[in-house]
Order: sequence, then C-alpha cells, then structure tokens
Amino acid sequence: MRIVVDLNRCQSYGQCVSAASEVFRFRGKESLEYDHVPDAASDAAVRRAALACPVQAITLATATEEISPTEAAHR
Amino acid sequence: MNTSAADRVVIVGASLAGLRTAEALRQNGFAGRLTLIGAEPHEPYDRPPLSKTVLSGWLGTDQVLLPRTCDLHAEWLLGVPATGLDPAAREVRLADGRAVAFDRLVLATGARARRWSDPAEAALRGVHLLRGRDDADLLRADLAEAVEANGRVLVIGGGFTGSEVASSCRDLGLPVTVTQRGAAPLAGALGEVVGSAIGERQQAHGIDLRVRTTVRRLEGDASGRLRRARLSDGSALDVRVAVVAVGSVRDTGWLRGSGLTADERGVSCDAACRALDAEDRVVDGVYVAGDVARWRHPRFDTGPVSFEHWGNAVDQAETVAHNMMSEDVRENDALPAFWSDQFGLNIKAVGMPAVADQVVLAQGSFEHGPFVAVYGRTGVTVGAVAVNSPRVLDGYAALVTERAPFPPVIDALRSPGRMVPVDSRIPHPVQELVTVLEGQS
Ligand SMILES: Cc1cc2nc3c(=O)[nH]c(=O)nc-3n(C[C@H](O)[C@H](O)[C@H](O)COP(=O)(O)OP(=O)(O)OC[C@H]3O[C@@H](n4cnc5c(N)ncnc54)[C@H](O)[C@@H]3O)c2cc1C
Ligand code: SF4
Repeated sequence: MRIVVDLNRCQSYGQCVSAASEVFRFRGKESLEYDHVPDAASDAAVRRAALACPVQAITLATATEEISPTEAAHR
Repeated sequence: MNTSAADRVVIVGASLAGLRTAEALRQNGFAGRLTLIGAEPHEPYDRPPLSKTVLSGWLGTDQVLLPRTCDLHAEWLLGVPATGLDPAAREVRLADGRAVAFDRLVLATGARARRWSDPAEAALRGVHLLRGRDDADLLRADLAEAVEANGRVLVIGGGFTGSEVASSCRDLGLPVTVTQRGAAPLAGALGEVVGSAIGERQQAHGIDLRVRTTVRRLEGDASGRLRRARLSDGSALDVRVAVVAVGSVRDTGWLRGSGLTADERGVSCDAACRALDAEDRVVDGVYVAGDVARWRHPRFDTGPVSFEHWGNAVDQAETVAHNMMSEDVRENDALPAFWSDQFGLNIKAVGMPAVADQVVLAQGSFEHGPFVAVYGRTGVTVGAVAVNSPRVLDGYAALVTERAPFPPVIDALRSPGRMVPVDSRIPHPVQELVTVLEGQS
C-alpha cells in the first residue's frame, strides 16, 4: 500500500494515529508524520485510518500497474 | 478540445505536479498516449519529508514514494532530462539525443536548489544541497558521520528548508549554526515580525542563530573536506557539514529558444495554466504546473509569482487536466496554502503573507504556545499563519477569500485583546516581485 496525506487539509485530529499507530504519529503537539509506503501487514489499519479521517486528507493508492521505464522514443 | 485516442500528451517533469496531471487526465477520461519524462531516475516521490522525517532518521528515501490513484498506462522516460523544445515541430528533445513528439505538452519541471556561488567551495566534501532523494541520501550519510565526530552543522539560509534541516539536525543531537542574511528566519515568506518570534523558539531548541550574517568563505583541508566557515561578523566556525539553503531557481534553461517566456523565476502562464509567449499570448497546447509556473493569482493584486507549495502543484495539475479535457476554461483560484514542521512547531499559512505590508497578532502570544497572525495589504486581509493551531485556519482562509478589511474583526474571546497592526517587515526582494495595483480594494 502507498499513501499520501494532504497536510494542508489535515487538522491533526489524530484518528489516523489511533487507527494505525505504526504508520502515523505526531511530532510535537500538532505535526503529523507518516510512512508513505507502509508494510502490507498494515493495509487494513491504513484503510481504517483513511476512512476515519474527518477531513479526508489521506489518499490511498489504487493503481495495480508497476512503473516500467520505456526505452523506445516515439515520433 | 478534442481528445481523440491518437492524442499524444507529453509531461516533462515526473514529480508531484507531473504525476497529478497524469492521474487527473486519466480520471477525466483521457484515452490517448501519455508520456512522462523525468530527469531523475526515480519514480515520483514526495519532497516535504526529505528535510523532516527522512533527515531526522525515521524514514528511508524509499519510504516516501507517492501513491498512484489509477493505472496511468503511461510511458515513463526516467533518468533522462529534456534539453530542448520545438513548439512548431511539436517535439521535445532529450539529453540522449532522442526526440519525443506531442500534440499537447505539460511543463512541470519544478525548481532546483540554488548552488553555492563559489564552485571550488561548493565542491568540498561536506557541502550539501537538499532538493531530491539523492541529495537526502548523501546528506544523511554525512550527518551520521558528523554524529560520531560530534561535528558542527552549518545551515546557510534560514528559510523553510534551512530551518527544517536545522530542526532535524538538532533531533540527531548535532550542534547547529544557522546564518540568515536578513533580520529573522522565514522572513521572506512570513516577514520579520513573525520570523523573529519563530527564531526565538528555534534558539530555545539550541540553534546558534546568526541573523544579519552571511558566510564569506568555506574552507577545506588538504583532502578537500570542509573544515571551517568564515562569517561576515568576523568569526570563524569549525564545521563538518554545511547545508546550502539559499533558495531555488526554476528549471527552465532547456526552454531557451522555444519562444516561451521563461527564466530563473519560472515559465509565464495565465491563471488557467496556459503557457504565454513574449507578447503574453497563449501558446496553443502548452500548459504549466507546479513550482515552475509563474503566474498572476486572480485573488491577489500582485504581479506574477511562483508558489513553491505542495498544494499549488496539486491544484494546478487539476486545472491543467480540466482545461485539456474541457471546452470551458477554468482558472485556478484556489487559495495558496502551505505548511512546515520544525522544532515541534506546526506552521500553517494561507493566502499570500509574503506580499503583506502589515501584520497583527490575532490569537495567542508570540512568546509561547500557539498563535495566529493575520496579514494585510493596503487595508485588505491577504493571509494568515497559524502556529500549533491548525484547526482555526479555515476561518482565516474565509477572511482572505472574501477580501475582508484589515485588521479583520475577530471573535473577541479568542483575540489577545487590543489588536495593533504593525509593519510586517517583509524584506525587499519579495516586495519587488510584486506590481501593486493600487485602488483595487
Ligand atoms: C526539502 C523540501 C521540503 C519541502 N517541504 C514542503 C512543505 O513542508 N510544505 C509545502 O507546501 N511544500 C514543501 N516543499 C515544496 C514542494 O515539495 C514542491 O512545491 C513540490 O515538490 C512541487 O512539485 P513540482 O512537481 O512542481 O516540482 P518538483 O517536485 O521540483 O519536480 C520537478 C521534477 O522535474 C524534473 N526535471 C527538472 N528539469 C527537467 C528536465 N529538463 N527534464 C525532465 N525532468 C526535469 C526534476 O528532476 C523533478 O523531479 C518542500 C520542498 C523541498 C525540496
Ligand atoms: S485523521 Fe486526518 S486530520 Fe486527523 S491527523 Fe490523521 S490525517 Fe490529519
């Protein structure tokens, strides 16, 4: 799973920290820190965190493809 | 605009703005060919953690990759910079000699950290920049050695990146000196009044803060390793690591000769993110998004500026995708917003504090605890910054949106009593960027 949090939108409510404390944490009183590429073992907790966020600041990856660098240029 | 399957969209710059444009295009139904060209060999990652959780040691640089919210079915040309643009031939040239044809083009090449002016000093081992993953890896390794040797870190420049680097170095237990040309850290963005308040809190965390001070010379030993810095106040410091954080330049050199209006300050575009030529005419089919875009925000009476804000890259990416896919041209008028985390402080700003002439403390106190400061320009509320109080910012954003008179009327329970606006003391370079259109308020 990959995630990103829009920290402009985040209001430091901390629901994500309660839902997945191995992925999200606070620095100081209000600064949210998180792992963008959490372990697969945390997937369910991360989904719960995203649902619990009152301002929907957490985006989950849904892409299934890998990035494959292309060698051939087209013209 | 038609969007036939034969349509080829090329995005130059495969980072936040480029990736978000690609995602938004696919989500809006774009079915044509999509190519992302990136100078870095890495797939898109997030930069803000580089100076924060990555540098302070929590996350590795492989733990800050950006998620993708849909399958892009894109071609990725990574690790190869674009070196030229021929808008007539509709072709982007790459460093390896290839050419990539496009029908529509998105410029999202962001910015680079400004280098130390003396190349020999910049080449000393121990002298670093911080913009990308590779920079962060090199700096981290050097900081780990500095921890062993208890060597001092010199941060040149007290803007956001410099201040965050200083904070992360303190987390590692390192002694840190920060030099700042002006009277206070963060002054370019927030003015000297608020910058000084934050500077005092930085000092409380053990930062040796030298304001109104510049670095005259960086000196190395016989092996080419940084040893000493000579400062404009006459002092010499034994330093092991120096981080040059003196601002950034937009990555536009490769656009020379393309007919676009582009220089160190960005590529000119309109509020709809359409590139402009020297006569301010829209260049058909060429769009600009993110740090590299230089434009006039429709909500502020200022000249063209670029916003080095994460949120701006996201907003402009969405505007570009919309305008490519739809007949109705949308302007990006989202309120600028950014955050910074340092020294246990959560700093959040909305609007354009950097163009203010006055500032007033609206909540809390500059000395301790949370506070909110509100910024005004010729009697109009133009911005606000909240320190350790992220939940109140929406209310202030509304005041900026409605162009409320400055100083604004604020809930008496929260305000510290008598509100006395003072000169915000934004240093000159920022104000000079701005063309004042008086009388519009
Ligand atoms: C250390 C650091 C901390 C930050 N912290 C914050 C923060 O706390 N809050 C906040 O709001 N913002 C923060 N920012 C700013 C934020 O990261 C940027 O606004 C955002 O990355 C802009 O995205 P972008 O895609 O426009 O540009 P960039 O992220 O700069 O990406 C541009 C990409 O284009 C590539 N490129 C350049 N030239 C070429 C070329 N000729 N051909 C092909 N590719 C090219 C580059 O290699 C790069 O990958 C921070 C930035 C840094 C560096
Ligand atoms: S739940 Fe949402 S708002 Fe609360 S801290 Fe987490 S991301 Fe921020």
